[in-house]
Amino acid sequence: MRHHLVLRVVAKLLIPFILVFALYVQFHGDYGPGGGFQAGVIFAAGFILYGLIFGLDQVKKVAPPVLIEILIAAGLLLYAAVGVAGILLGSTYLDYDVLRQDPVAGQHLGILLIEFGVGTTVAAVMITIFYNFAGRGREDR
Amino acid sequence: MALAIVRLRHLFAVVMLSGIYSLLSAGIFVQLDAVDVAFTEAAVGAGITTILMLGTLALTTDIERPPVQRQWLPLVVVLATGAALIYGTLDLPLLGDPNAPANLHVAPRYIEESGQEVGVPNIVTSVLASYRGYDTLGEVTVIFTAGVGVLVLLGGTRRRRQGKDRT
Amino acid sequence: MIEPGLYNYWIVVILMMAGFFIVMSHGNLVKKIVGLNIFQTSVFILYISLSKVSDATAPILDEAYSEYSNPLPHVLILTAIVVGVATSALGLALIVRIREAYGTVEEDEVIAQDPDL
Repeated sequence: MRHHLVLRVVAKLLIPFILVFALYVQFHGDYGPGGGFQAGVIFAAGFILYGLIFGLDQVKKVAPPVLIEILIAAGLLLYAAVGVAGILLGSTYLDYDVLRQDPVAGQHLGILLIEFGVGTTVAAVMITIFYNFAGRGREDR
Repeated sequence: MALAIVRLRHLFAVVMLSGIYSLLSAGIFVQLDAVDVAFTEAAVGAGITTILMLGTLALTTDIERPPVQRQWLPLVVVLATGAALIYGTLDLPLLGDPNAPANLHVAPRYIEESGQEVGVPNIVTSVLASYRGYDTLGEVTVIFTAGVGVLVLLGGTRRRRQGKDRT
Repeated sequence: MIEPGLYNYWIVVILMMAGFFIVMSHGNLVKKIVGLNIFQTSVFILYISLSKVSDATAPILDEAYSEYSNPLPHVLILTAIVVGVATSALGLALIVRIREAYGTVEEDEVIAQDPDL
């Protein structure tokens, strides 16, 4: 793939837009279709496209596997921590009403945080799966 | 489309067809008002799954061996199960029936109250993240576990092999 | 516009049986995963078609609409799709390991090589 000029140029043009679109889907999920699951998948697709066109080593420089593996756990922990925060503030697990003075603002904050956690985990898992499948193939040859 | 997948033995074509099938089902979801689901299906089914399948094919083989045994037994089982399921559908509510049991349980409350209680216009998001936050936590844990499983299955040996090289 | 009727369930049953047939009759493990995906998607379509309400719109609150489709099945299926791809990836990873261990992805050849199975 490294010699296809058209693919390289088009991918370079497209990848920033894919990533920005993923962030838009992530944070606009409250108002339109979208949310953490979709955003995570789209974000991962951006990285996977980069990896397919420019090679696995290049994309591993941008997003080192160790960092991605930490992010898998970090997303899930962020989600669980929001739940624990609800307990510490005197309510039940995953009750966002108490995160702010106003219940609706608390709900907004809670949803934003856990969607971010979901998106982080999903994106990191998808990128990890891609790394492992692609990395495995090259070693055997 | 699905029937073509049954017949084809060239796995590369099978994977491509299943990607197109995913995209078509995303179209069905839009028609049925499930925009969030369609979005996910298009991104996941047509994008990520196809890439993963191709990755697997690159690691294994892409031609399926012709079957040796006769296929009448699975066919009979499938036809019998299908007939039973079709018989079961005769009692189900019609497509688009607003009084179907599924639409009368907790859904009206979500539709009427979530605007005031959560204040998020997208009801799917408010149900996903707030009313059923606990379920979603479980789903994320499943994804986390699957990711760890892939790491163990495919990533673990790589490190062990490197360790052997060093000694 | 969508006509009321039972045909949505019949489409689901046909797709489901196609997936079921692939899983049962084909020895190739990659093909089995594709079959499972088809089966899975048929269940998604079943749930989503249950949530459809005639003359309603997508469940995003807006002043202009009062009828919405049922959001609950959408939530269930939304997460199920992403979980589905994660589990397919796990299955494909297992296939890759089976290929490395046995040199084949055909079920009966694997069984023939391993008398313990």
